[in-house]
Formats: sequence, C-alpha cells, structure tokens
Amino acid sequence: MAIEFLLNGTTTSFDGDPDTPLLWVLRDHLKLTGTKYGCGIAQCGACTVHLDGKNRRSCVTPVGTIAGRKVTTIEGVAGKTAEAVKTAWVAIDVPQCGFCQSGQVMSAISLLSAKPKPSDDDIDHGMAGNLCRCATYVRIRQAIHDAAKTLEKTA
Amino acid sequence: MTAVASRREFLASSGLVIGLALPIGRAAAAAAPAEGAPFAPNAFVRIAADNTVTVVIKHVEFGQGPATGLTTIVADELDADWGQMRIAFAPANDPLYRNLMFGTMGTGGSTAIANSWMQLRNAGAAARAMLVEAAAKRWKVPAAEVKVSKGVVSHGRNTASFGELAADAALLPVPQKPVLKTPDQFTLIGTDVPKIDSVAKSNGTAVFTMDVSRPNMVNAAILHPPAFGGTVRSVDKQAALAVPGVVAVEAIPSGVVVYAKDTFAAMRGRAALKVEWDLAKAETRSGDDLIKVYKAAAATPGKQAEAKGDAAGALAGAAKTIEATYVFPFLAHAPMEPMDAVIELRGGKADVWMGSQFQVGDMRAMAKALGIPFEGVTLHEQYAGGSFGRRATPDQDFATEAALAAKAHPQAPVKFVWTRENDIRGGRYRPLVVHQLKGGIDAKGDIIGWDQVVAAQSFLANTPMAALGVKDGIDESIVEGAARSSYAWPNYRIGCHVMENGVPTLWWRSVGNTHTAFAVETFLDELLALGGKDAVKGRIALMKEDRARGVLTRVAELADWGRKPAEGRAYGVAMHKSFGSYVAQVAEVSKGADGLPKVHKIWVAVDCGIAVNPNVIRAQMEGGIGYGLGHALYAELVLGEGGRIAQGNFDTYRSLRIGEMPEVEVAIIKSNANPTGVGEPGLPPLAPAVANAWRALTGKAVRRLPFAHGENA
Repeated sequence: MAIEFLLNGTTTSFDGDPDTPLLWVLRDHLKLTGTKYGCGIAQCGACTVHLDGKNRRSCVTPVGTIAGRKVTTIEGVAGKTAEAVKTAWVAIDVPQCGFCQSGQVMSAISLLSAKPKPSDDDIDHGMAGNLCRCATYVRIRQAIHDAAKTLEKTA
Repeated sequence: MTAVASRREFLASSGLVIGLALPIGRAAAAAAPAEGAPFAPNAFVRIAADNTVTVVIKHVEFGQGPATGLTTIVADELDADWGQMRIAFAPANDPLYRNLMFGTMGTGGSTAIANSWMQLRNAGAAARAMLVEAAAKRWKVPAAEVKVSKGVVSHGRNTASFGELAADAALLPVPQKPVLKTPDQFTLIGTDVPKIDSVAKSNGTAVFTMDVSRPNMVNAAILHPPAFGGTVRSVDKQAALAVPGVVAVEAIPSGVVVYAKDTFAAMRGRAALKVEWDLAKAETRSGDDLIKVYKAAAATPGKQAEAKGDAAGALAGAAKTIEATYVFPFLAHAPMEPMDAVIELRGGKADVWMGSQFQVGDMRAMAKALGIPFEGVTLHEQYAGGSFGRRATPDQDFATEAALAAKAHPQAPVKFVWTRENDIRGGRYRPLVVHQLKGGIDAKGDIIGWDQVVAAQSFLANTPMAALGVKDGIDESIVEGAARSSYAWPNYRIGCHVMENGVPTLWWRSVGNTHTAFAVETFLDELLALGGKDAVKGRIALMKEDRARGVLTRVAELADWGRKPAEGRAYGVAMHKSFGSYVAQVAEVSKGADGLPKVHKIWVAVDCGIAVNPNVIRAQMEGGIGYGLGHALYAELVLGEGGRIAQGNFDTYRSLRIGEMPEVEVAIIKSNANPTGVGEPGLPPLAPAVANAWRALTGKAVRRLPFAHGENA
C-alpha cells in the first residue's frame, strides 16, 4: 500500500518498500537531490530534513514511519528564518565544496527556530550532528549569528 | 625540487599528452553556450548576445575556489561586471585545457591559480581588446580612446554592452599579445569577489555527480574484498538477486557489483551477497606489524635525499642531543561526496558525469576499460563534493572500476556510487610514515647537527606516473618539506626509505608535508627550547628565505607572541612552506575534558604572492586548519588482524565537529609575486603548532598522531 506524506506542502505518495530510508525516496524516486547521502548511519547530517518542523536524519528514517507527517527539504524550506539563514550563508560565502551545506542550512534553520539568539554553545550543540569535511565551521557559526541578528531586526 | 615540480616535469614530458588532442573547434563547440552566436576568442572566454560572459573552467571545483578565482582573473582583464560572469566546466581535452604545470588536465599541488594566471589574463585581455576594436569601428573613433568599465564599453556618449559588441568582435583577428594590466589597475583581483557558486550551494540546487539522473538509470553498489589485494573467487548471486529491486549482480576485477532500481535496493542486495574471496595475495599484516618493520628501517640511514656538512660528526661532538621516533597513521581523505560516476553507453560511445580531477587521464582509463576510443568518451564535469586528493589517482583506479561496472551492465545507464564504508576501507590512503630524528646543539645552544630518516611507501611506484616516483631509491614526495626545508642547518642529512606493502596509498592534502612539517617543526621546537632559544627568534635565525621570515614575523605580531598565556593555556608556533606558499601559525591550546588538546584560536600569516581573492584565501586557511586538526586529533586507520581496516564510517573514523573548530585569524602578506596555491599550504603548520603548544602546556612531546592514539596524554 502506498505511503502518503506531506512533502514541501504537497501530498506525496510512495509505493514501495516501507523500509526504504526517506533519503532514497527523496533522491532516487522523487528526484529531490538537494538532500545528500554522506554516511547512511546518521553521523554526518548531510541528509537532514525537517519532519514536522524538527531535524531528522533522512538516511535512517524508514519512509513507512512517516505516513501522514510533514516533510520539508532544502527545496521546500521557506519563511523568514529560512531566508535569513540562506542569505547569511551566501553573504559570507560559507560553502566550499557545498555537499554538506543543505544539511547545515536545514539544521541552522531548526536551531534558530528553537533559539532565535543562540550562544556559541547553543550552536556547538545544535550543529554538532552536521559534519563539514571542508571545515567551514568558522563561517557556519558566523552566518548563524548574522541570521539571528537579521531576524532580530525584522522581528 | 618539490614533488610538484617533479610532477610537472614528468607530466610535461609524458606520453600522456601525445596524440590525444581533440580538434580545437570541437572543444570550443562543446564548451560554448547552446544559443546565439557567441564571441569565443579563445578556449576560455565565451561572450553571448545576452551579455553573459562564460569562463571555461579547466580545473575541478571541489570547494577550493577555482570556479571563482579563474573567473575573477578573466573578468578583471576584461573589465567585466561580476554579475555578468558565468562558468562552464571544460571538456576533457589536452592540450587545450591542460594544467600548464602538468602537461595534462589535472588539479593538484595547489596549482589551479598558479598555472592559469598568465593564461587567463591573456584570454581576458584579448577579448577586451577585440571588444574595444569592435566599438572603435562602430563609432569610428580611435581604439585608444575607448574605455571599458564594469561591463560597459564607452566613448563619450556612445556606450555598448559586451553582448551588443559580441557579434562584431567575433569577426576580428585575435591579438596574440594583448596588453595586460599592471597590478595597480586590477579592479577585482585582490578584492573579496563573492563566490560564484555560493547561492547554488546554499539552497540545494548545485548539482553534483550523485544528483545526476538519466532515463532508465540503475543504481549500482560494489562490495570490495575484505583485505587489500584480495580478488573474487566465486559469487553466489541468488540471495542478492532475490532482494526486491535488484536487477543484476556482476563480478568485476575489483569486487562484486549489485545493480538495482534504487540505491536502497542496491545496498540491500550488496548486504545479501555471498562471496568467496581469494586472499592468497592480499596484504594481511596488521598495522602494528608494519610499524615494527618501518621503525627498523628508519633506524638505518637509508638513501640520502639531501645533505650538507657532516651531520654524524656534528652530532657526535654535540653538547646535547635529542632522538625521537615519530609515527603517522594511514588516513582516508573521506570527501563528503563519496566517489561516484554516472555512465551511459550507447552505440559504442560513452557519456560520463563525474567530478573528475584528472579529466583526460580518467577518460582515457574509461575508454580503455570500455574498449572504445578516447574520442568516444564525453565527460560532463560536475561539481565535486570534496576530494583532498582522492579524486586524482595516478592509475585511475576509480574511473576504471566505474567503467567496468557500467560495461558489465550495458543495457542501462549506471549510477555507480561508493558507500562511506567503500570510501573509508577503499585504500588510497595518506601513507603510514615513520620518521627517525637526531638533533644536537653546541654549548651556546645553537643547533649544529640534524639527522632525519623518513620511511614510507611511494604511491607513484608501479603507476603510469612511476617516472616521477622513486629515483635512485628516493621518492621526493616522501621527503619533501624535510629535504629542501626552509632552514639552514649547518650540518644535516635527510634519508629516505621507500617501503613496500599491499595497502594502496595516495597524495592527501599537502602530500609529504602532512608529516614532514610535523616532524621538522616539533623537533626543531624541542631543540630550540633545549638551547634556550625563543621559538620565533630561533627559527628566524635559521631561515634561508625572506618570505619565510616574513610570515613568521607577521604571525608573531598578530598573536602578540611572547605574552603570558591565560591560566591553563599555552601557545605554540610553526611555519611551513609548501607548493610555493609560506604559512606560519600560532596555536592557543588548553587541555580539553577528553584529555586531548582543546584548540581555542589559530593565528595565521600566509604569503601566496598576489592575493587573487583574499576571502577564498582566508577560507582555505580555515579549511586547511579544520581538516588538519580533525585528523591530528582523532583520525587513523588501523589495520587489524588479517589486514582488515577496523574503521568503516564517521562513527569510527572521527571527523572534526563544529565545537572543536578554533577561531581563526588570517593575515595575508601583501605581494606582487605571481600567485601560488592555498588549497594545501594551510594544513602543514597546524598540527605542529598545536603539538608545540601541547608540549609547552604539558611537557609532553607528541611523537605519534593522532593525539587520540593515547601515547601523548
């Protein structure tokens, strides 16, 4: 039986093995490739999406467990916080290779949604699950602070 | 001579180049935008009627910044507006897009900007001269009076965009020696031009090889032998074929490939494989076994890579001496995007989507594996999700494997993607290295003798690049940075042992400098301390070059070297020259809760000649520091019993996380020297600066990496 869920605001169904990780449903079946594979065991965070508004590693989330729930990917994430984060990311050129950055951006949006003015410690904790092998961490931290300032001004 | 220089020398004279050139017209057409009749004065610049300027990028973009840097060079000489600039990755074509330092297409040795500098300045300047000439003709005014600024060509009240002049300019002869700007005329070079790929890489739209999809494509996963050198004896395909979605199972020389309708099915099918391996020729020794062999070798002199004076005599007569054995582990590159390729075969031709780092070499290897001519293979170069050296192999191992996987299942396009476990256990590591050092000072505390022996594998031996590998028992990439160092020891000898074992190895971000900088800079620090010398002043007194003294002096100012550290903290310093660039760093370190160094801040001074994009240079210093620190603290690949790699993914091959990243402050030395690279040189001084701070803090000298190995606490 097909599994239905709300993907980026649109009802979507997947008719296949319910054990299939959401990551591969997104990438292989729905061709939403902004969400990346980096490890497959929830260690790197490149596959981060929002499930009902919260971070979820899609590589270890069987699609069968998300029936009826709301999934947001980098392609669909929107709103003030998302715009502030993406704008901050570009303004100081955070990405190097860029492969992990969809996941970084998704985690940063989650963090700022929960903590609009994060401390450095908050950032360390909120972003600890997202690896960047290029080590763009200095700029990730800065961009999150910058986005928080933007959000504060427009609040 | 550095390894890069020898790499250049070899490649420039290599048979790789001969007879491979495509007609220029074909390459130009392949790189050109599809619509309109663009103005294409040379292989690198395309100006379309819609006023976009496309720069053809001959280097792989994996985050080090050539897409932005090379475009900046063209845009500046062209006096274009940054907003009109676009990029296109070059097709696989020697000699048109060869690395001028290699002789074939390739990215490595931090050469992307360095080799392209004059080539792209000329390309941009020629295009500009033709646009000016076209405008002068149109307006019937002297060309010398026509101005160009931010993409607008003007004379008095006449103005025209590049797009409006493109068709006329295309009819003019191409100037062979266009007038170049003087450095004071640069408008974009030397400024923080926004990176051309930041938007696409921040909103998920940047396309990597892994994101490419073709109609009816299958996803393929491979199972490699459990030890290096193993081969497939027999495969029981039934269980794998029974997994829903699996369409085929094929054995190829390097492993067993499972083809499926999606990645999950391919991975499941792979897990269900029953393979009998032939490990008769496999490397089955453990890491500890190998280290014993290496240590025994390093205790003997080895082949002499460089020497001056009488090191043995000086050491025998020294007032005080120190001896040390250093051990450096095998390391994986572990780029975030694992190795991957999409290959589509049709009618005796192949289309390949890949972030290739040796474009022509890879396509040649694929053509050979597929049994088709090189001209039949078309590369669609993609953004690559990191490399750190991994995507460039002298024997094109991955390209060959991917092509054989496609060939074994020719009925559908194949997306061939390594899992992280394939990557971590897949070899091509930074080699295991042992250094043996002896140093001595005289009664005044001056260093009078230095003896250093390095034992490591040569990753060039037995490859198509063997000619620049071992010469007379010495591989320069093993000793670079120890031999030809920045210091003028009065008496010294650098020895080299080329070791052999079955673990495949490779260059890894900064190559031999990954370990030679550590051994030299930590051992030197100890000798200076033994002689009562300051770590900065003592180094400066020994340095041979002004640029080395320059970065060390600058970083000492930046970090206010000599001040008292806060309670529980210490400073350490290191300087290393690699790939023509000089980098000095000061580390501020305390002891973390895990007993390992907690690095609070790194101050950096870098001299890389003309700073094309200071923002990218700072980013590469930050990246080199983070990549270097993660490996120095945590990473090693351990060959366990039977030669099996104990690590397999990021849970066991530990990477730096954001809370472990220090603050970084970078000073760029102002220079008019031609630009040199920044992708690698930020890494070598990091680990020794941290280790020197650690010794200052704890009294414990670090002889084995990573710090987490446990012998350093």
